[in-house]
Order: sequence, then structure tokens, then C-alpha cells
Amino acid sequence: MTKQQQPAQGKKKRVGFFKDVVQNRFSYLIALPAIVYVFLFSYLCYPYMLLAFQRYDYTNNTIWDIITKGKWCGFDNFKFFFASQNAFRVTFNTIYLNLLFIITGTIMSVLLAIFLNELRSKWFVKTTQAVMLFPNYISWIMVSYILLSLFSTEYGLVNQALRALGFVSVNWYTDAGAWPAILVIMRIWKGAGMNAIIFLASITSIDTTLYEAASIDGATRPQMAFRITLPLIMPTVIILTLLSLGKVMYGDFGMIYALVGDNGMLYSTTDIIDTYVFRALRQVGDISQSTAIGMFQSVIGFFMVFGSNWITRKFYPDGALY
Amino acid sequence: MNKKISAGRVLIGLFILLFALICLLPMILTFMVSITDEQSILRSGYSFFPAKMSSYAYRLIFKGGSSVIRGYGISIFVTVVGTLLAVFITGAAAYTLANKNVRYRGALGLYFFIPMVFGAGIVPWYLVCTALGLRNNIPALIIPNLLFSTFNMFLVRNFMSGLPDSLRESATLDGANDAVIAFKIYFPLSVPVLATVGLFYGLGYWNDWWNAIMLVDNEMLFPVQYLLLQLKSQISMLKDLQQISGTIVGTPPAESLKMATAIITVGPIVLLYPFLQKYYVKGLVVGSVKG
Repeated sequence: MTKQQQPAQGKKKRVGFFKDVVQNRFSYLIALPAIVYVFLFSYLCYPYMLLAFQRYDYTNNTIWDIITKGKWCGFDNFKFFFASQNAFRVTFNTIYLNLLFIITGTIMSVLLAIFLNELRSKWFVKTTQAVMLFPNYISWIMVSYILLSLFSTEYGLVNQALRALGFVSVNWYTDAGAWPAILVIMRIWKGAGMNAIIFLASITSIDTTLYEAASIDGATRPQMAFRITLPLIMPTVIILTLLSLGKVMYGDFGMIYALVGDNGMLYSTTDIIDTYVFRALRQVGDISQSTAIGMFQSVIGFFMVFGSNWITRKFYPDGALY
Repeated sequence: MNKKISAGRVLIGLFILLFALICLLPMILTFMVSITDEQSILRSGYSFFPAKMSSYAYRLIFKGGSSVIRGYGISIFVTVVGTLLAVFITGAAAYTLANKNVRYRGALGLYFFIPMVFGAGIVPWYLVCTALGLRNNIPALIIPNLLFSTFNMFLVRNFMSGLPDSLRESATLDGANDAVIAFKIYFPLSVPVLATVGLFYGLGYWNDWWNAIMLVDNEMLFPVQYLLLQLKSQISMLKDLQQISGTIVGTPPAESLKMATAIITVGPIVLLYPFLQKYYVKGLVVGSVKG
């Protein structure tokens, strides 16, 4: 392959890295900003993880200081976190909420995709699709205002409806038990339309002769949906689900913080690792603790990503991320 | 296929219509509240059909000197500059990884890939940003987190790798060097995918408040999304209102002002909607379903 593409260079064996850089200096040069960027904001971050094993000293400004002068304390930061009741709560909430989002989101988007595929009116499909995609583009902060317009205690539409029906209004922003459901609803509201389009793309790539053959055999539309469409998009569904399962340790900070914020009354059901670390860092200022919790998340998350990808590759070699 | 209108299809159509309405109506409600007279809100709550309308909230925002307008300006600047830089950095790195003459592109790809699966967490990231001086300034809103996405880079790389090799070969035979091939052939041909990642980046910048909440304490530099987050607590807003108008006659339009600010943050998204429909969706579909 390479021989045909580079006739000028003749047969090539191993070429030294520096020789390659000189030969392709323009290519390496224009990649430099990205290389430097990733070095600074990813690789340079790794040594700072050592802080998880130290008592933080703000006078240690450089990585060198941290390594040589840091006050090592072994696994104390981890022990402190796991001894608190917060550890279980935030880990549970992170995984539980993510699982809820994945399951409900997938079912809803697949359903929407199959339904959209059944419709024949082009302008209707186009218009409803355009509308469904809108929530995907707005920020979670904007969504929090929409949530407020629905669930605000005094003025919200939901409480207005409850009052009109003779019930007492509910103070939603103090009712922790209702929040997993509220978050699921908002998640579907924001994302299901976009995900439906992804599944719809995989439906429209199905060979239409399958449907023609089925219809000659007298199959009904529901039969075709369950016997042809669903099985054929299953690989896409499973691959996307597995990939999101790999990220189950990472909560959606943007969503939770925008919708819940610093409302302590809702923490029991909504506080996730990411919001907990954020508060430990920005509000408590506990650098070492929050590094330790972040490291716990990264390590577990790493194995989850690898595990889910390994399973994906085993069953669907084309679908794996790498 | 089946051209007849069946009962099942009508039901499906109704379901889709219902979901679309659920997506749309809360936005309309927010808009209606933003143009409702404050007294009406206090009396009868948020409503699709306000008893009395008022543009007071919008007039207050656009009066000038309001923090919302300043934040809007900062958001526009950050979005435009950030997106242009990001698209260039991404496209350039993608070109290198798609260039088959670069022998170490596999190793380079791995270098970019590792941080995707193992991150250090936000605290080390925060300390690095601080060490680089990215605190309380405009670069802190542009550079960290948003300026380069490995995912987007691989998206562009895949597109460029799909361009026929003969393009490069024939250009080389004609005496074109690497730079000419990149700027005259690869980048122009990649405009659709660059537009897609441009919209990814642009939307990311416009909707971002993470950089602001982590790295910026100076309220003169707050982008509009972060102001919107802060507006939820009444106190900061009333302070702002006093700054704008000195004394306010009658009830301060707290509720409608909140919603009006929320509505104007959606403005650019509505403006770009046709492009989003065309490029964003396509890119997302390509990015998530390979092949």
C-alpha cells in the first residue's frame, strides 16, 4: 500500500522520527497547536494527580515542588471520603441517574425513530423533527428556566394545574423524591429528538427490498416494525448503549448543576460525583480531597470504558470505539 | 409502499405531534412570561395567555449598561474567536493524521486518544489552568476545555482519510508541496465537515458557563449563560436592576426579566437554525454511527 502511494520515496524501512518530522515538516507544524494543547490540558494534568496522596500545601506551586516538598499522607484522602456517608450517596446517584437516563432515553428515541419512519407526509416529518431537535441546542441553564416555568412553586404551570384540580400545590424544589423523575423527563425532553434522528438514520439504511418481500408475504406494518426494523437497528442501539454504559461513572455536571444548583435539600437524590467534587474544590477549597475523589472516578471510569468497548468489539467488531 | 391512511398511522402521527408540542410549548411559555406584565404574573402565575402584556423587561435589558448586554457581547466575542481558532486547530491536526506520508501518524493518533479514555479529573485541570494564568481573563473563557476536541478532530480526520489518494499523488506530480495540498485541496474539500465541527464548537462556546464558573470571578467578564445562572437568585438581579435604572417605578419586573434574559440567549441559535439542521445533524449521525 505504502509503496504505491509514495513512489518517490522508493522502498522504505523504518524511518527515524526526526527524519520523518523533517520530511513532513509542514504537516507536523500545523498539528503543533493541537499537540501542545493536549499536552498542556491533558498530559500536564497527570502529575497533579499525586496531590491525591498528599495534604495540599498551597505554597507548592510547581509540579517539582509537589513531588519533592509535598506532605505525603498515603491513602488518607481516599479513606476520609469513603468513611463519609457522601461516598456511597454520590456514587450511587451518579450510576443510578445515568442508568435511568440510558434506559428511558434509548427506549424513547427508538420508539420515536420507528414512529417517524412509519409516517409518509414529508413536510410533517420534517417540521416535527425540526421542532424536536430544538431543545438539544439550548443550554442546560436555559432548560432550568423552562423547568422553573413548569415547576415553580408559586407561579409554575404544574402547581396551577394541581390547584385547579383541587389538590394542594407541591413545593417541587424541596421535594427530593420527585427529582429523579423530573431529571429523566428533562433529559428525554432535551435529548430524545436528536437521538431519534440517529436511530432513524440507521433505519433508513435498511434494505427496502426486505419490506417489499415482507409486504408480498402479507406482513402488517407492526409485524415489519418488530420483525425487520427492530432487529436490524439492534446493533446500533446496543453499541450506543454500551458506549454510554462505559461513561456511567461520569455524571452530567452541566445538567445537574444547572437544574439543581446549590439546593442542598435535593442532594440526597441528585448529588453526583461531579457536583460533589465541584463543591469540594470551589466552595470548600479542599484540593487534595477533591483530587482523590476525581481520581477514584477516573480509574473506575477507565475500566468501565475499556470493559464496555471490549464487549462491543467482541460482538460488533465494526462498532467499537477503538 | 402502503399509501392508504390507516388508523394506526394517524395514531402514530398524533404521538409524534404530541412530542413535538411538548418540545415546543415550554419554550413558548417562557417567551410569553417574558412579555407578561409583572402584576399579572404575581396575581395569576405564568400563563400562555397573559392578562396584560408588557415589553418592560426587554426595554430594561436593552437600555444599555445592563450586565446582560455586556455578557451578550462577551459571549459573542468568545464564540466567534473561539470557533474560528478551534476549527483551524482541529482541521490542521486532522490533516496531519490523514496524511499518509506522515509515518508516525498512528503514534500521534494514540497520543491524542489516551486522554479521551483516562482523564486526570477537574482538580488537576483547574490547577494547570491557574498555573498557565488562565484566571479572570478572556483567554480563560476561550482556551480551556473548548478550544480543541479530540472527538471532533477524529471526525474531520475520518472525512479527510476518505478523500481519494489520487488527489495527493497528482498534485505532488504537478509539483505541489504539502502546504499547497492542505490549503488548496484538503481544506476546501472538507468544508462540509469543517462546517459541522464549527457548529459543534460554536454551540459549545455559546452555551458554555463551565469555564466561567471555574476560572472567572470578575463579573465584568461573565458570559451571558453564566449571568443567566446567577440571575436565578433574585438578589444579584435586583442589584443589577438598580444599576440600570436608579429607582424603579412600580414593581420590579423580576419574573419577566428572568425569562426575557433566558429568551435572548436563544437568539443566535434561532438565527443559525437552518445551518444547524443541515450540518449539525448530519455530523452527529456520522459521528455516532460509523459507516
